[in-house]
Amino acid sequence: MKKKGKTSIVTRYNKWGYIFLIPFFVVFVIFQLIPLVNTIYNSFFENYMSGLNKIGPNFVGISNYVKLFEGGDLWKYFGNTMIMWILGFIPQIVLSLILAFWFSSPSLKIKGQRFFKTVIYLPNLIMASAFAMLFFALFADAGPINSMLIKGGLMSASAPFKWLSNVWSTRGLVAFMNFVMWFGNTTILLMAGMMGIPADLYEAAEVDGCKPSQVFWKITMPLLKPIFIYVLITSLIGGLQMFDVPQILTNGSGDPMRSSMTLIMYLNKHLFSKNYGMAGALSVLLLIITGILSFAVFKFTANDEAK
Amino acid sequence: MKKQMSKLVVSALSACMAIGLCACGSTTSNTDTSDTKTETTDTAKDTSSEETATVAEDTGKTLNIEVWNEEFKSRITDHYPGYEKTDDTHGKIGDVTVNWIITPSDDNAYQNNLDSVLPGNADASEDKKVDIFLVEADYAQKYVSKDADVAMTMKDLGITDSDLSKQYSYTQDIVKDADGNMRASSWQACSAGLIYNRDAAKEVLGSDDPETVQQAVKDWDTYEETAKKMKAAGYKMSSTVNDTYRVYSNNVSKPWVDGTKVQIDDNMKAWVDNSKKEVDAGETGTAELWGDDWAKGFYPQGKVFCYFGPAWFFNFSMKADDSTSIAANGGWGFCVGPQSFYWGGTWICAAKGTDNPNLVKDIILKMTTDDSIMKEIAEKDSDCVNNKNVLKELAGSDDGNLAILGGQNPYQQLADGAEKVDMSNTSIYDQGCNEEFQSAMKNYFDGNASYDDALAQFNKAIVEKYPELTTE
Repeated sequence: MKKKGKTSIVTRYNKWGYIFLIPFFVVFVIFQLIPLVNTIYNSFFENYMSGLNKIGPNFVGISNYVKLFEGGDLWKYFGNTMIMWILGFIPQIVLSLILAFWFSSPSLKIKGQRFFKTVIYLPNLIMASAFAMLFFALFADAGPINSMLIKGGLMSASAPFKWLSNVWSTRGLVAFMNFVMWFGNTTILLMAGMMGIPADLYEAAEVDGCKPSQVFWKITMPLLKPIFIYVLITSLIGGLQMFDVPQILTNGSGDPMRSSMTLIMYLNKHLFSKNYGMAGALSVLLLIITGILSFAVFKFTANDEAK
Repeated sequence: MKKQMSKLVVSALSACMAIGLCACGSTTSNTDTSDTKTETTDTAKDTSSEETATVAEDTGKTLNIEVWNEEFKSRITDHYPGYEKTDDTHGKIGDVTVNWIITPSDDNAYQNNLDSVLPGNADASEDKKVDIFLVEADYAQKYVSKDADVAMTMKDLGITDSDLSKQYSYTQDIVKDADGNMRASSWQACSAGLIYNRDAAKEVLGSDDPETVQQAVKDWDTYEETAKKMKAAGYKMSSTVNDTYRVYSNNVSKPWVDGTKVQIDDNMKAWVDNSKKEVDAGETGTAELWGDDWAKGFYPQGKVFCYFGPAWFFNFSMKADDSTSIAANGGWGFCVGPQSFYWGGTWICAAKGTDNPNLVKDIILKMTTDDSIMKEIAEKDSDCVNNKNVLKELAGSDDGNLAILGGQNPYQQLADGAEKVDMSNTSIYDQGCNEEFQSAMKNYFDGNASYDDALAQFNKAIVEKYPELTTE
């Protein structure tokens, strides 16, 4: 009897934990779990609009998946997505690490930190589509960038460089935009991680005569790892879901020759005709790819801790 | 103090950005309203109710009009008696509020919007019911078909054949359903021609007389020769390859889609071949239509010899309202060009389920059959109206002389062209096919792909857009 009374106090107390979790689970189930299951279910059906007529839903087994893999386009779009993500992520992480290191370094004591932190975060507040429209106008064949280059004598007026008709300049612009939009966010995350590192470690290192590069690689980086992995994985998932910038910049075409078409842009092409079957199959594949990559990154980088 | 300072700076910076965003946002705000509309009225379709010959009473207090640009709105504002503008997307006719729902037509967005709204229109709530929607030639057949049954027939509206007798027959044929009933009516006849830069014509061809210019562009071979001369004088023949697209695509011998199979007509291949030659020779560009690069030629420093288009094109698209443009200074001339063609045209449909049928009927009658209103449209907006009497009258009088064209009277040519228009090779997939073909071939013109690769991409894109179609 005594025992029972004891546990009931604990469970009575514990139940508040569950009650407070209810809102999250309700939202999660309605907006995440049900759509997820629904998507998987839909991916086995032929179901689209032909003009004003609805075709399906007819059960077609895995033929949507087979169609996706036919011709190998899927891997091409996956490759495009990864290339553009890496092109943007490398400068982003390098710059963010440097900035975070400077901002959080106790020996540097940079003035006007709040101002700079805000300024580097501001690009992230612009709508991606507005930002892409801006670049679309700036880098048009007869746009301001080209006229500046022509006036500066760096380009001949008769043959202006067509930024958006060239594979690598298009990809480069997409990567650059993503870099500008996201480096502030990354900097702030990394800085939070760096400020969590005890200052006495740095002081001890200084006393022992460490060079700044040694401090960075031997102290900052290892202790920053959890945050670093978090940044890497969220950026990877964000990169796989890249859509708005290349969509607007290339007017939805992903040209030249679909070399800047990302997986989500491809998904959007199917949603055009409300083709829920193909779009569902592609979404499921995307889920699997994202899962595998995130797991791999986590495993690879968290290896040391497991030991 | 320091904290306050930086807060001030931050808020100032964000304010700057917010202002910038608002400036961008204002042009797209119209589309927002249609988005919410799409979501709210996506219900099951059941429109086959019993029809009566007499037109029902008007009960609606809101007249919803689905359009893709400002053109029809400005026609109504300027020419429909009793219309009062209240703001950019609203107006009033009597005590009925007119609500303009603008969805841009790019990438079939306008069609997709109609597809989700129209089938459930009869059951939509009173203020949400679409009363009028507009369609273009590229997809008119989709919405006037008997199976779709989303547009009322003219007969059901109480509009008789004699009301419509002055219209050109092509504008009626394309909007007839399987029973031969018209389900839409147009105020425009969109026969088109070649619009040339008079200064360039004088400089290179020695004269800006339409007859002389026509001799220099009378077929595609002569057009090519003239393009070389233009290039030598520093002019581009046309602004982009897509300018000539409609001239070729209107003169095809088979439609884009046969049953469910996509086919490439020989004339489309000819467009690709000729365009590639012109691009490689620097005689034209590869920009997309309607963009800034394309529109450069509307100004003297853009150095473009010609554009192709119908009457709505030189009125609506050539920046005539900008005093530095060629159009504002009457610097364009008009001739037939290498092949006769038409482009676009807007038809007014009465949506099935409308709660203002009499008002809709009156708008259709006034805008598409009334001689005096149509003459007014032609004179004020240089539109080529769908009315044989009016065109004949204009062709024979100085009223038809257009300032944009330096006083030239294009109406005889436009009227002759309208009689010749043949729309037998259209299909409901034309907008998608035209857009995707131009977009895919741009890769070939820019040297990023071979013709076969570009064609493969077109095939791919078409099947994505219309899963029911097959390609070679």
